[in-house]
Amino acid sequence: MRLVTAAIAMASGLIVLLGYLYPLEMLTQLRGTLTDWAVIIAAVAVLVGLLNLMFVQLEKIRTRQKNSIYGALLIVSLLGTFGLGLVLGPENQFVQLAVDAVIVPVEASLMAILAVTLVYASIRLLRRRADVMTVIFLIVAVILLIATMPTPIGPIPGDWLILQFAGMFSSGGARGLLIGIALGTLLTSLRVLFGIDRPYGGN
Amino acid sequence: MLAFGIVILTALLLLAFIYLRRKSPGVFRRIEAYERLNRSVGLSVENGTRLHISLGRGNLFTARSGSALAALAMLRRLAERTSVSDRPPIVTSGDASLSILSQDTLQAGYRAAGAEDQYRISTGRLTGLTPFSFAAGTIPVTRDEAVSATVILGDFGAEVALLADAADREDTNLIAASDNLSAQSILYASAQDPLIGEELFASGAYLGAGVSHDASLQVQDILRWVLILAIVGGSFLKFVGFF
Repeated sequence: MRLVTAAIAMASGLIVLLGYLYPLEMLTQLRGTLTDWAVIIAAVAVLVGLLNLMFVQLEKIRTRQKNSIYGALLIVSLLGTFGLGLVLGPENQFVQLAVDAVIVPVEASLMAILAVTLVYASIRLLRRRADVMTVIFLIVAVILLIATMPTPIGPIPGDWLILQFAGMFSSGGARGLLIGIALGTLLTSLRVLFGIDRPYGGN
Repeated sequence: MLAFGIVILTALLLLAFIYLRRKSPGVFRRIEAYERLNRSVGLSVENGTRLHISLGRGNLFTARSGSALAALAMLRRLAERTSVSDRPPIVTSGDASLSILSQDTLQAGYRAAGAEDQYRISTGRLTGLTPFSFAAGTIPVTRDEAVSATVILGDFGAEVALLADAADREDTNLIAASDNLSAQSILYASAQDPLIGEELFASGAYLGAGVSHDASLQVQDILRWVLILAIVGGSFLKFVGFF
């Protein structure tokens, strides 16, 4: 059974890859069909994932773990919004209200905490790792912040020069990092396509 | 056609180096973060604490899946090595398909170590479907589950700062890498030994996941040199007015 799973996964992956790189009519059609199936499977996976989330929280409540009250709140909210979405539809104003009045403000608050966290991490950076690269990293970050921030007197004189000079190095560095990541992604994908790495079917 | 050629060339190189690596195992340069990960695994087994492995939000239907697949390969190895621990590792992810694959990988790791009865489905968790809900669902794992080391590897955005901060507050070892440039710069400021760029994809090789991972690293090195020569050569030819 495991070999069959691997064979199906490898064949599907190769067809999609070939359809992308070598656009023959038949391959393109097959690629489209397989991708549609994958989208349906992904949607079912979301439901399975939500069940997993509920199961974990129920387990916390059952074993009376610390902060399990939040788990109860999560389950009630999840079932409530899921039920409302099913009955009234996702475009309904009450369902939209759950998004606009709860989820958006909560995520905005976390974004605000993120800003504080980043400042705190920058302050602690020199204590954690005091080397030349750290000092350069901090100096460049501060100079870029000064060059891009709004001031009461308008743009800082020479800000375009700072941005252009820093941009020259940062875009070069970013390209280097992205090329490295692309090569890593290519090799990892090939290992999965050849069935060497099989993160499916319990192999 | 060029893309097709690159894929074929890479595939052939990979297969050739897998064959060669079987005869002579590779020697790697020292990466402090992986040294620390290896130490943390041993320590967590000895002192009865957990590893928390966060795989990020890498959707398997996008180009971001590469880092998620690399993280799954690492997870498989970590699951095997910690299967004798009293407290199994907890794996969190922010994508439903990735969460299911993480459960499958954990189970496979336990089976390979002959400890399948130790596997619990609740150790592979989906903690949220948006970046910040994922972070909010993941932070309590670091805080409440007797975690001694946090491994953050995969596709993350700026929300990774909250996870790194939580690990720092709980004084756990943090090993972190991402394929996202914003997350990399944040982790550079937050982690003790950050993994930069393609070092993320070396996790399998450094944890002893097999010759295919060693061969991948070697092929990456070769392709990198080919690209460097192409860029320098192209610049020179442009400079002298060849094209």
